Amino acid sequence: MNRIKQRFESLRQQGRKALIPYVVLGDPAKDVTLPVMHALVESGADIIELGVPFSDPSAEGPVIQKAHERALSNGSSLRDALALVKQFRETDSVTPVLLMGYANPIERMGYESFVEKAIESGVDAVLTVDLPPEEAEEFNEQLKEAGLENIFLIAPTSTHERQKMVANMAGGFIYYVSLKGVTGAGHLDLDSVRANVTHIRSLTELPVCVGFGIKDGASARAVAELSDGAVVGSVVVNQIAELAEKGEADPAIYAKAVSAIIADMRKALDS
Amino acid sequence: MNSNKSVDYSQVPDARGHFGPYGGRFVSETLISALDELEAIYRKLKDDPEFQAQIDYDLAHYVGRPSPLYFAERWTRETGGAQLYLKREDLNHTGAHKINNTIGQALLAKHTGKKRVIAETGAGQHGVATATVAARLGLECHVFMGEEDIHRQSLNVYRMKLLGATVIPVTSGSKTLKDAMNEAMRDWVTNVDNTFYIIGTCAGPHPYPELVRNFQSVIGREARQQSLDQTGKLPDALVACVGGGSNAIGLFHPFLADDSVAMYGVEAGGFGLETGKHAAPLNDGIPGILHGNRTYLMEDENGQIIETHSISAGLDYPGVGPEHSWLKDIGRVNYVTINDDEAMAAFRSLTKVEGIMPALETSHAVAYAEKLAREMDPDQIVIVNLSGRGDKDILTVAEIDGITV
Ligand SMILES: Cc1ncc(COP(=O)(O)O)c(C=O)c1O
Repeated sequence: MNRIKQRFESLRQQGRKALIPYVVLGDPAKDVTLPVMHALVESGADIIELGVPFSDPSAEGPVIQKAHERALSNGSSLRDALALVKQFRETDSVTPVLLMGYANPIERMGYESFVEKAIESGVDAVLTVDLPPEEAEEFNEQLKEAGLENIFLIAPTSTHERQKMVANMAGGFIYYVSLKGVTGAGHLDLDSVRANVTHIRSLTELPVCVGFGIKDGASARAVAELSDGAVVGSVVVNQIAELAEKGEADPAIYAKAVSAIIADMRKALDS
Repeated sequence: MNSNKSVDYSQVPDARGHFGPYGGRFVSETLISALDELEAIYRKLKDDPEFQAQIDYDLAHYVGRPSPLYFAERWTRETGGAQLYLKREDLNHTGAHKINNTIGQALLAKHTGKKRVIAETGAGQHGVATATVAARLGLECHVFMGEEDIHRQSLNVYRMKLLGATVIPVTSGSKTLKDAMNEAMRDWVTNVDNTFYIIGTCAGPHPYPELVRNFQSVIGREARQQSLDQTGKLPDALVACVGGGSNAIGLFHPFLADDSVAMYGVEAGGFGLETGKHAAPLNDGIPGILHGNRTYLMEDENGQIIETHSISAGLDYPGVGPEHSWLKDIGRVNYVTINDDEAMAAFRSLTKVEGIMPALETSHAVAYAEKLAREMDPDQIVIVNLSGRGDKDILTVAEIDGITV
């Protein structure tokens, strides 16, 4: 069974909600991300969302944009993401890893070649922000055939008709974008989250997780109560940014700092 | 040139906005409903005689169309070769072709009831054209512009401010047009309920490439009729500069089915193709996905978009409208390059010989037309799209000349 299915299955049995942190690979240095990933798992992450840096991250707010810029400045790329997951798998064979990024680096590598390498590296799922269902048909088939989950976004602006179309194509879990805006924006509307998640659940058996705009334990808990899990990005990335700006070079310091955030969120989710 | 008798150019793009493998709608889910809404309104109004009459009225009385097709007699004589005609888009209100498109999109915005418009701009001409129609319709207007371009095109920045627009400096990435477009898309995602995004060129997610082309096609429709009226025949060649490609597609599109008409799209060669410092994706790029569409791009081996260089801000863009990518692949249009130096020389020579000062973007087309005309016969006709006037570039030229104005 796919690691993502397994993870949600065991969460369901334990009556717990998924905590899914996001970090950008190579932010701020290539040797930081592996210890950070392990630290995230140790402090309570259920799935790791690994951001693949792109020169034009048009769906990201300023915090994550800068993370992409830091990663690109040390040459981090999709190839490094795949190599990193392979390394991560040497000591962690159970935590699902989701690659989140933009279409062009994959297009450049070649969709077929990407799928092959992703499987070989131990990647479980892919979320391509700028490949909506209507442009993803072929890639979706290739991913499915290889046993990789294709995670799709549903937004507050998605009509019921589109929600159905996305639900029919999606695998792994549905990523519900909690707000109209870029990552890191701060206007979470819980009523709208509740209404949309309820509707999405009527369309699919897949778990529904909520991301964008989750700032702390309380907001993570609030969305998790309405869904199957919370995705946290900008808060974690912001912590990395603060250390990077101070010129911190020791990967262990980064690992410790993100651990503290995730442990807090885990506590809030489980309490 | 290939013969494309089997191609029906009016049937492109398809219903999902694809020009062959190019175009499409590569955006995050949040924007899809806004694009669906835009498409629905456009389809409804496109064939509505009242809407068309409103556009025609605005183009005639506000923009000053039709723009003349001017026989540049002295330039022709000095060049030697084919007869050079200029399609005078520089005479439009605000000084460039950009307003043909903003008039149309602003009318669409009005029909959506949205009270705020946003735009990205490189040279500032599209920003000025957007600020202008926004002022006229009483819409709030925010223009995103790369910091680098704000410096290069300071006159246009001030014009936009006088027109009541807010100019937002973009400091991310390479601080030029591509980053301004990213920032505009981010704003749009956030304010999608009350904001209409007026894209300035024939790129971006479907339906923008199609609707910008259709609004700009007034250039080619007029030029075709004017050529028949003034010279008794169709031209032998068309030349236009290509940034995103809107002035070029506007001139070319109504002639695509005329097999005898050769077409040349001129990209920015910057310091020279061989240096890698240019903005010529059709000449030296590969297909990829950026800003909502698949098209030729300048990128590295990891699929990261690379920084471009051109002396002209309006051509300094790593992508190009998807229809041009398709026209290149099927061989209907030839895409060539002109370097910074050649463009500067053409800027000076057309100014001196004809008393017409072209924009630096336009100067690329002027320079190529000169080369082309020399290879042609005196009874042949070349139409150059004079996409804009050069007043906005005076400070750049003065700086090159070492003069402080
Ligand atoms: C005068 C002029 N010509 C050409 C361009 C390039 O745009 P496009 O290729 O869309 O016509 C610009 C863009 O700013 C411009 O100002």
